[in-house]
Amino acid sequence: MSSIGTGYDLSASQFSPDGRVFQVEYALKAVENSGTAIGIRGKDGIVFGVEKLVTSKLYETGANKRIFNIDRHMGMAVAGLLADARQIVETAREEASSYRSNYGSPIPLKHLTDKVSMYVHAHTLYSSVRPFGVSCLIGSYDATDGPEMYVIDPSGVSFGYYGCAIGKAKQAAKTEIEKIKMKDMLCVDLVKEVAKIIYIVHDEVKDKNFELELSWVGEMTDGKHQLVPKNVFTDAEKYAKESLEESDDSDDEDL
Amino acid sequence: MEVLNNRGVEDYQTAGPKQSYFSPYSFNGGSILAVAGEDFAVIASDSRLSEGFSIHTRDQPKTYQLTQNTVVGACGFHGDVLTLIKVLKARIKMYLHEHNKDMSSTAVAAMLSTILYYRRFFPYYVYNIVAGIDDEGKGCVFSFDPVGSYEREPYRAGGSASSMLQPLMDNQVGFKNLPKQARVPLSKEEVVKKVRDGFISAAERDIYTGDEVVVNIITKDGVEVERFPLRKD
Amino acid sequence: MEASLQMEFWRNGPQPGALYNFPGSQIWNQNEPTKRTLYPSVTGTSVLGLKFNDGVVIAGDKLGSYGSMARFRDLSRVLKVNDQVVVGASGDYADYQFLSEIIEQRVIEEECLNDGFGYTPSSLFSWLTRVMYNRRSNINPLWNTYVVAGWENNAPFLGYVDKIGTAYQAPTISSGYGAYIAQPLLRDALEKKPNMNVKDAIETIDRCMKVLYYRDARSLNKYELAIVTKDGVEIRSPVTSQPNWEIAHLIKGYE
Repeated sequence: MSSIGTGYDLSASQFSPDGRVFQVEYALKAVENSGTAIGIRGKDGIVFGVEKLVTSKLYETGANKRIFNIDRHMGMAVAGLLADARQIVETAREEASSYRSNYGSPIPLKHLTDKVSMYVHAHTLYSSVRPFGVSCLIGSYDATDGPEMYVIDPSGVSFGYYGCAIGKAKQAAKTEIEKIKMKDMLCVDLVKEVAKIIYIVHDEVKDKNFELELSWVGEMTDGKHQLVPKNVFTDAEKYAKESLEESDDSDDEDL
Repeated sequence: MEVLNNRGVEDYQTAGPKQSYFSPYSFNGGSILAVAGEDFAVIASDSRLSEGFSIHTRDQPKTYQLTQNTVVGACGFHGDVLTLIKVLKARIKMYLHEHNKDMSSTAVAAMLSTILYYRRFFPYYVYNIVAGIDDEGKGCVFSFDPVGSYEREPYRAGGSASSMLQPLMDNQVGFKNLPKQARVPLSKEEVVKKVRDGFISAAERDIYTGDEVVVNIITKDGVEVERFPLRKD
Repeated sequence: MEASLQMEFWRNGPQPGALYNFPGSQIWNQNEPTKRTLYPSVTGTSVLGLKFNDGVVIAGDKLGSYGSMARFRDLSRVLKVNDQVVVGASGDYADYQFLSEIIEQRVIEEECLNDGFGYTPSSLFSWLTRVMYNRRSNINPLWNTYVVAGWENNAPFLGYVDKIGTAYQAPTISSGYGAYIAQPLLRDALEKKPNMNVKDAIETIDRCMKVLYYRDARSLNKYELAIVTKDGVEIRSPVTSQPNWEIAHLIKGYE
């Protein structure tokens, strides 16, 4: 890498001569080593899916979850260093709690995103700190604003999305998401597509085992962010596996 | 105005919210009584919790088992009682973890004294009596004042009917004003009977004592609990 | 006379060479003890509670009194904490709102963790006793009496905590004025019928609320009822009891 040895990559508070902050770019690399996470905004809510890589059979199933609740109406799916992510989650929860206690209503997603991205951005300014090796998808639903989704990356920038992916296979996943007409789809159907995409982009050769995590927030959950119910999960997973097999079969035919 | 006053009607005054005075203490009644025997101790309390002329509940005994063979009786302001017992139990658990053994009854008594004195200038409004078995296997009773002064005694009454129970026990357990031949050490059963009779009598005259008497009989083998009904009015 | 008027050429102003001293502007004097909430403002009256065979029921009316003025007629004093706990409050309404917001936030934080743990009636009760006791110990009490009701270990739970930290559990509970009027009625009803069902319990409570409406000048015949059983919490609001004042004219001598 061009940055190594130049001395401009040792601190988050220093630019390189061509105007880059290498520490932030390294943080992005940390995100790209992590299992993929995607989020899609449908007509009636948001669906998150995470490809949680399981590096050892010795782990308990369900350990080290990567989807978090921020408030009743808000959830976050993360990619990158999990310990860093947990700190961002805590910051977000404190922001949500403080807004609730000051204004007596749930925090608007845009407001929370601004606060959390400022926090993430602050960690790209000083030599005494290291940027967060985390990108996160944040989604919420409420009756007036409807479903909303934002993504924050290690540099501290944030954008709103109809569909986005972070982590290892974000490019492949984005390509898949683009094929979906999410703007007039309901979450019950999107869950299946989300599960399918996670299965499609999973690299069976490089990362053998993974657990699928699915969560949603929207009309169907009464505005609450939660992991999808067992039956919805099994249906979605079944759909994902079946459509993978089908495409495998057709691939075989081509040969 | 004057005309109205002459007719016995007072000036109309705008009534703001009524001010009530805040007192951090209350008295919730209850009596405790402990007697030390040769190789046993008995400690009893009634089960009534009151405030003013109201009975909060008829089932709140004021004896608390702290270790295998230590029971404390605590009454006065129930909020302080709850807190004090919580602190005691926590401290005894810490002792257990640190020394790998139960705290002795004498040590519990000494520690209770320091816990009470720690709040010397905002005291726990609690009358305590600790009963248990000492290091030689003999029954022991320690009585306390709310700020931690304490002494070991053969028997002691505390709480709202203490002034009735104490003189009765002076005579019946301490053999005060009795001929020499009557001064025979009492058995467990005799002590329980006298304690129970004491509470039955106290419940006759003290409105803060009643409902049930809970008697804890402590021996080296542990604590047995017996309950007897008292007046409920 | 003439001279003194001339001296006072600047009414309410400082003496020449002196400093302004506006009336009522005296700042906090360090030698004086600090003063805290030492009396209630908007208040709620009695809360009743009754355990029955397979549950517990509590009730509190919807009146918020300002001194002797019936100021608010649609206040809720019963808080559903989760599917197994409710809390009823009498006393200062602002203090109740303050505490209920704290409870609400703590419940959200519990839900966020999504680990299956939550407040049980006894854990919330224990926490409340500590809050109330600690506030009284700082001579800054929350001017309330709380009645905690719930379902735990396959049995009903009913507890009482007041502003100085006195706390106990009992099969029947009445706070405030109800301690004098409703408590004997509740105890009597329970003694006559120790194995009440839901219907019996609700009827008993309804009778007591009606008697309180007749005799407590700070009460209302519109109340809120919470029933907790193994199946969860049911809140009925508003329940209106129909008074009968037919014999009122027979009561004489208090005009």
